[in-house]
Amino acid sequence: MSIVNVKDLHFSYGMIQALKGVNFKIDDYKMVGILGSNGSGKTTLLKNISGYLKPSKGNVFIMGKSVYKMRAKDRAMLIGYVPQDMYFDFEFTSYDVVMMGRTPYLRRFQRETEKDASSVKEAMILTNTWDLKDRYVNELSGGQRQRVYIARALAQEPKILLLDEPISHLDVKYQIEVLSILKQLTAKKILVFAVLHDINLSSQFCDFILLMKDGEIISMGTPNEVITAENMKMAFSVDADVIRNPITDTPLIVLSKNKGMI
Amino acid sequence: MKVKKGFYLLISIVILIASLMFSASVGAVKMPLKSIVDVIFGDGNSTDKMILLNLRFPRIIEAAFTGMGLSVAGTFFQGLLKNPMADPYVLGISSGAAFGASIAIVLGLGIFGLQFFAFAFALMTIYVVYILAKKGPYIKMQTMLLAGIAISAFMSSIISLMMLLNHDEMSQIVFWTMGGFSLISWSQIFYTVPIILIGCITLYVFSRDLNVIMTGEEIAEHLGIDTERVKKIILIVGSLITASSVSAGGIIGFVGLIVPHISRLIVGSDNRFLVPFSGIVGAAFLVFADTLARTVMAPVEIPVGIITAACGGPFFIYLLVKNKNKEVK
Ligand SMILES: Nc1ncnc2c1ncn2[C@@H]1O[C@H](COP(=O)(O)OP(=O)(O)OP(=O)(O)O)[C@@H](O)[C@H]1O
Ligand SMILES: [Mg+2]
Repeated sequence: MSIVNVKDLHFSYGMIQALKGVNFKIDDYKMVGILGSNGSGKTTLLKNISGYLKPSKGNVFIMGKSVYKMRAKDRAMLIGYVPQDMYFDFEFTSYDVVMMGRTPYLRRFQRETEKDASSVKEAMILTNTWDLKDRYVNELSGGQRQRVYIARALAQEPKILLLDEPISHLDVKYQIEVLSILKQLTAKKILVFAVLHDINLSSQFCDFILLMKDGEIISMGTPNEVITAENMKMAFSVDADVIRNPITDTPLIVLSKNKGMI
Repeated sequence: MKVKKGFYLLISIVILIASLMFSASVGAVKMPLKSIVDVIFGDGNSTDKMILLNLRFPRIIEAAFTGMGLSVAGTFFQGLLKNPMADPYVLGISSGAAFGASIAIVLGLGIFGLQFFAFAFALMTIYVVYILAKKGPYIKMQTMLLAGIAISAFMSSIISLMMLLNHDEMSQIVFWTMGGFSLISWSQIFYTVPIILIGCITLYVFSRDLNVIMTGEEIAEHLGIDTERVKKIILIVGSLITASSVSAGGIIGFVGLIVPHISRLIVGSDNRFLVPFSGIVGAAFLVFADTLARTVMAPVEIPVGIITAACGGPFFIYLLVKNKNKEVK
């Protein structure tokens, strides 16, 4: 049985058709990159997989069960979601925010248990945020905040982790660090989906790539199969040379042909 | 951290008790602590009993519950609307109540008619605002805020017109809108206190959900919270609390705005502590303000809304200056 099976997914925001029949299956716990130009439907796809948005047509099955038929709490124990960007001006400590990840496990009047505390601590150590635990989230840098949100999703102990541009606020050190963390999660039997804009890092870190354009997947497969000059032209309208990264032996795109394009 | 918060809660309870005792003891007749305790336990002489049981206690109880209700509702509305300027009146409840009260005053309906009209119109107003902001199954908080402001402006203009056309009742309307507890007797308590108390407890049950919603509605949904349902419950219960407190005490401004703010500065944003703390502080503050209202210019009574605004205005300026400095830094 596939872990995730997306079947003929259609979604519209009013008149705007954001997904026009998306199909794919993922059978192993691995790291899946979602690439595509702005507005191609990446965020919409993630939100449909998480069950937050309901498709007009099609279905998403997780381990054989439709996400839209699950109870919200069960879904929250199965799927963690880190949104593209969020900021709020209230004073919650990082620890409190990560503890919110335990919400689906707590009954209304139940206090947090040892288990919840250890799960939070583990998530924070893994994302290198334990030092920030007493700091207010609204006073952190964008990158620190992003890692706190990843920790919160990990505290949900999900089987599937969906991240919308998880490294876009991070400096190069933390980009590598976060991607490495995400990659490690696959060994713990978590299926990771990450919307990424950095094609070369995706090539280096992802096991599988979905390339989107105008609400459809135009190519999917391993980085070797997807990251080709032809696909880059199709998805992003840029002329790229694809060479091999001599160190990682993965495809590497070079955009030197586009100097005068602006 | 937890210990510190528990300590704050304890302090707030001590302050509340002190405020209650202070309020019971001062007035035209000074009441020593011993007489108050005696009356509470069923002893005491008959004059003391008369003054405390018929005059001061109902007033103190109503002020305490109103202060608590407005502060708790204010805390929830600020969190839900993600707007520090929000208070229980921001969605138009107060202008609805004022409109109802004005009609009752013009029609000469007496105290119970007035309270009923204020209550009913407050709820009707919030319902209209709610309908305006509802889009399919979703409630847009920003639209709700704007609709509240629009409806308030509209109601206020009608109230002004009514005052213009009914000169004799004008002072009565003005007095009512500034708020006060001078007309309170046990009969008001029997219908407002249960609503406020049950309302506050109901809201408290959702304080963890509100924490998560404050960090983002979308994320709350992803954590298994039915945000639309929680929002609806908070709106309905918060409105009921506000409508019942307004119907008995009039429009008492600033309590529902500043008490949540001060409380947040002291205990932080975690609603599981903030809500009880803010409720207790609100009760203490309004009891104290009402005591000033009936004593500083005795025998003339000042509307309590004037006292709370006199405390609230400067505090608001302080907040603004503080925020401005924070941005500079
Ligand atoms: N709330 C919304 N209401 C209406 N249209 C929307 C909404 N959100 C997205 N869209 C539209 O749906 C399409 C897909 O948007 P989506 O956010 O999924 O793109 P994306 O691939 O995530 O883009 P980006 O890289 O900029 O984040 C776009 O045409 C966008 O304008
Ligand atoms: Mg996006």
